[in-house]
Amino acid sequence: MSTVRVSTTINGDAVAYLCEVDETLLDVLRDRLGLTGSKEGCSTGDCGACSVMLDGRVVCSCLVLGAEAEGRDIRTVEGLAAGDKLHPLQEKFLEFAALQCGVCTPGFLVAAKALLDRNPDPSETEIRFALAGNLCRCTGYDKIVRAVQSAAAELRKG
Amino acid sequence: MRYEAPTTINAAVKLLAGKAGQARVLAGGTDLLVQMRTDRVAPDLIVDVKRIPAMRAIAAKSGGFRIGAAVSGAELGANKALRKAWPGVVEAANLIGSTQIQSRATLAGNLCNASPAADSVPALVAAGASAAVAGPRGKRTVPVESIAVGPGKTSLKKGEIVEAIILPKRAPRSGDAYLRFIPRTEMDIAVVGAGVNLTLDSKGVCTAARVALGAVAERVILVPEAAAALVGTKVDAAALKRLAAAASAACRPIDDKRGTKEFRIKVAGVLARRAAETALKRAGGSK
Amino acid sequence: MPLDSNIDPATHKFNLVGTRPLRPDGVDKVTGRAKFGADANAPGMLVGKILRSPHPHARIRSINTAKAAKLPGVKAIVTAADFKEGKRALRDVLCNVMARGKALYDGHAVAAVAATSASVARKALKLIQVDYEILPHVTDVDEAMKPGAPLLHDDMITAHVDPAPKKPSNVAARCEFGHGDPEVGFKQADVVIERSFRTEATHQGYIEPHACLASMGMDGQGELWVCTQGHYMVRNTCAALLGMDVSKLRVTASEIGGGFGGKTTVFIEPVALALSRKAGKPVKIVMSREEVFRASGPTSSSSMDVKIGVTKAGRITGALAEIRMQGGAFAGAPVELGAMSAFACYDLEHVKSVGWDVVTNRPKQAAYRAPGAPMVAFAVESVLDELARKIGMDPIELRLKNAAKEGTQSSYGPKYNRIGLRQCLEATRNHPHYTAPLGPNEGRGVAAGFWFNFGGQTCVSLNINIDGTVALAVGTPDIGGSRASMCMIAAEELGIPYDKVRAIVADTSSLGYNDISEGSRVTFSTGLATIQAARDAIGKLCARAAKTWGISPEAVVWENGHAKPSSPNAGDFAPLSLADIAKKAGNTGGPIAGHFEVNADGAGVSFAIHLADAAVDPETGRVQIKRYTVIQDAGKAVHPSYVEGQFQGGAVQGIGWALNEEYVYGKDGRLQNAGFLDYRIPVASDLPMIDTVIVEVPNPGHPYGVRGVGETSIVPPLAAIANAVSAAADVRLTELPMSPPRVLKAIDGKAAGKARR
Repeated sequence: MSTVRVSTTINGDAVAYLCEVDETLLDVLRDRLGLTGSKEGCSTGDCGACSVMLDGRVVCSCLVLGAEAEGRDIRTVEGLAAGDKLHPLQEKFLEFAALQCGVCTPGFLVAAKALLDRNPDPSETEIRFALAGNLCRCTGYDKIVRAVQSAAAELRKG
Repeated sequence: MRYEAPTTINAAVKLLAGKAGQARVLAGGTDLLVQMRTDRVAPDLIVDVKRIPAMRAIAAKSGGFRIGAAVSGAELGANKALRKAWPGVVEAANLIGSTQIQSRATLAGNLCNASPAADSVPALVAAGASAAVAGPRGKRTVPVESIAVGPGKTSLKKGEIVEAIILPKRAPRSGDAYLRFIPRTEMDIAVVGAGVNLTLDSKGVCTAARVALGAVAERVILVPEAAAALVGTKVDAAALKRLAAAASAACRPIDDKRGTKEFRIKVAGVLARRAAETALKRAGGSK
Repeated sequence: MPLDSNIDPATHKFNLVGTRPLRPDGVDKVTGRAKFGADANAPGMLVGKILRSPHPHARIRSINTAKAAKLPGVKAIVTAADFKEGKRALRDVLCNVMARGKALYDGHAVAAVAATSASVARKALKLIQVDYEILPHVTDVDEAMKPGAPLLHDDMITAHVDPAPKKPSNVAARCEFGHGDPEVGFKQADVVIERSFRTEATHQGYIEPHACLASMGMDGQGELWVCTQGHYMVRNTCAALLGMDVSKLRVTASEIGGGFGGKTTVFIEPVALALSRKAGKPVKIVMSREEVFRASGPTSSSSMDVKIGVTKAGRITGALAEIRMQGGAFAGAPVELGAMSAFACYDLEHVKSVGWDVVTNRPKQAAYRAPGAPMVAFAVESVLDELARKIGMDPIELRLKNAAKEGTQSSYGPKYNRIGLRQCLEATRNHPHYTAPLGPNEGRGVAAGFWFNFGGQTCVSLNINIDGTVALAVGTPDIGGSRASMCMIAAEELGIPYDKVRAIVADTSSLGYNDISEGSRVTFSTGLATIQAARDAIGKLCARAAKTWGISPEAVVWENGHAKPSSPNAGDFAPLSLADIAKKAGNTGGPIAGHFEVNADGAGVSFAIHLADAAVDPETGRVQIKRYTVIQDAGKAVHPSYVEGQFQGGAVQGIGWALNEEYVYGKDGRLQNAGFLDYRIPVASDLPMIDTVIVEVPNPGHPYGVRGVGETSIVPPLAAIANAVSAAADVRLTELPMSPPRVLKAIDGKAAGKARR
């Protein structure tokens, strides 16, 4: 298997790595770069735990090759907070008890941020459909939806 | 295994045609990467087409649209003109997978993956869309329904690639719609899919129609008998009933983990009828 | 304060218990910093992968690993031969971890490799040659019980049958519970209904696949990092399977990405340790999602017959259930708990339940939230719904007329202490949901559920730090926010702020043995131990204050975080805060710590009522849940947000079980849907908000009145939804899941029946 050299930007920082062709972006983030915040729940794009932003759109990093990231802009859960200040979504997830085990949480946060970036005032139904690609087995989604609603309101206040 | 990301279609064709062994096109990757992960394919060469500018664009063409093969579902959904002209095609494409999948999945990929349950394909077939194919022997344009020949199999020759999907000009007083049945509300593969495109005259009589069904045969099927049930009618209850019966009669499904034969046959008729009702509304007809 | 004092939770004013502070592990979990099973690495680490049988039932004639061993980068290969066949009790665990002689299900582990990379490990698996002799297989519980069915174990003689059968079968055991004589009861009834039910196996569906990192030193000492509900169980089991002293294996529980009972046993952990021992390097194994479905425990599938008789006045006169569950390739289906719980909600004179534990060629079942109870409740509560309709009685009224209460002799034996079923039923009847109008094609269903709740072995250590903060070490992995509730409880007892207490899940070498986090036992047992450990520390704090003041320890009391003289007679001293005493601990006798060890008893049983509104599409059979309310007795809710979370999570798992989740086996005995695409757990857009009502009827067995809350919530949904579907579409679904093809068939069948008439 040939190895590919990739230069990219992750959470605003220039990063270079070598990876095998069949390695996914998720493999690279977790195993080569130590960014284990993105989780592997299925490796088939069905659970959303590995969600990251790729050039401004939310994707499953298990369905992106590491080689594809050349010259792209990648944002992961590790880049959500600004320094020591949590993003309003992170704060609301805590306040609303929107996580139990927490393994799906990074994916939900990234996907919810992608939603609110595009739609600052989503309805409950819009939130539920936008987050349908993120599986949570603990919460029944109720508190997650409420946390996103509250974060959206907070962000609209600016 | 080798990875290449050419920047022209010619370069892509050359790579695909030149390599001995298995070569695969990587557009959105939402099928290919899963197939690689589960050991169903082990390509020797992966040709990423997302760095070819023409493949990333939606262009106006003869009153219709030319949609590059690497345009994602999310980009389709964001194109207002396309959404207005072909709402059925766009809603079908936007039903494929989650928001995450939408950021990557493409019409051309959905077509070339050749799944009988592909969501966008019945809508494209109903729309009368065609595929622009580039290959070592030049270019050709074919109806989309001629691409898939069976589950996972296409009519594309070695080195050929679908470079764009072409949607015709939207006729006056016409409309399209796509509906699928899944057990959940998202994230499932269609158990049945139905695409309808119809045109009315000024009196509201249907003058042309195309009806296509997914997941009820070895590939997406065009059902002329179902279309015929609408043509010459005002798409009234009786016509819709005949449409549903014709759609059900055209099914030759299998029993599998996603649904039974019996279920698919009945629901194909129900969905064809419901899709026709929406298409009628979009065409400006009353119901 | 006497150390054994229980306050009256109904009237006591708590400072912290009942409030909703932020969880201590929260920031780590929203920033990606929390370390789960697969998030740990070690220098020189190898990747472990497991070869699994593609056959549901096959004799393993030979395994040839020579070619794989020669592949560059392969450092170790293990098969069953690398594990000692030890005590009988562990034989099944061992055989499940690595097939011995026969592969018993599609996905059964047969060999494992450790290699320098994942791609080398994958390649190596393909080079291992296994010579299988394929045997006939059986995956259905009723088929497996038939004479002549393919036999999994030629030494399986049905237990608890008198006289003992002479021939082996796939039936591992029979059980029976109840009192009186149901036949006598049925004679007193005005209406008797008997129905048969079937439910398919469902998987716990935790999002985090099993993962561990094992490191064995050449001195025979090992360390294991693992996502598990019980790291002491992992330690004891692995030590036994690898022939190690328990003291030589230190297990650390990682953050756990969901378990729901499925992480209460071992699968990959002994394999990783064996590979590490052989390779002399750390080995990490992470299951793929496909492996999770094929080889880790789903719950049982079931087949049941239920017969209940009632009078026109709504009194249940007799109840009988026969329950057959297959638990996969080894004995242990949760049929006993199912049979015990079948009629536990009701006060009955004549009741009997019989259970059969059956083996089939499927993965060994593992506990799944209230194991055994949901499927049986589906059957019983469906029949009750039908009876209520038949006698024209409101379904809650029927349940109220028969509800168990304090002093009721339960159908499984013990007499109930104080319980909250009646209060839950009344709260349901008074809830606006119960009388809200319904839309077209909608129906409302109600069902009750019961769970025992466990206690068990628990050990807690509470250390007072020099700055007046507290380090709390517990040994029960945090599967639902328990570190938050333990901090609250410790702070409540000590009278200090919540954020002064930091709770950790200690590793197995740092704290005494703890049972698994299961059976809804943690808030009850670890909470109880934390209270007592805090009271132990308070005793010591008071003694230090007494020493400082030169008075008798008995003359010191603890109030609001301070030691005070018990009365003016005891002396006139300014109160000493916990921090004051802690600061001087070095001069007054050394470190201060509280401890408590217990095999906790008195976990109060709990009950729930669920209300479901379902819309049924009459043309496609699709069921949509429109509104859902959970009403459950929590005894005392320590952190109400996480109690609600348990109610909601259990309800939604139940909704999945009711509507779409199922193990689909082909005729070839292979699992057809080993992934989240076709094993359809509910997604956000499938659901409405899940309303909750926390009923608090204190448990007399706990100082604060706490009852476990984690499991009861998955018991009622199956029946509540079946009853809603029945109300919406006038069809009675007796088989789960109520998938669209099944519902549509029932609707069409009914229409055809009407047309014939």
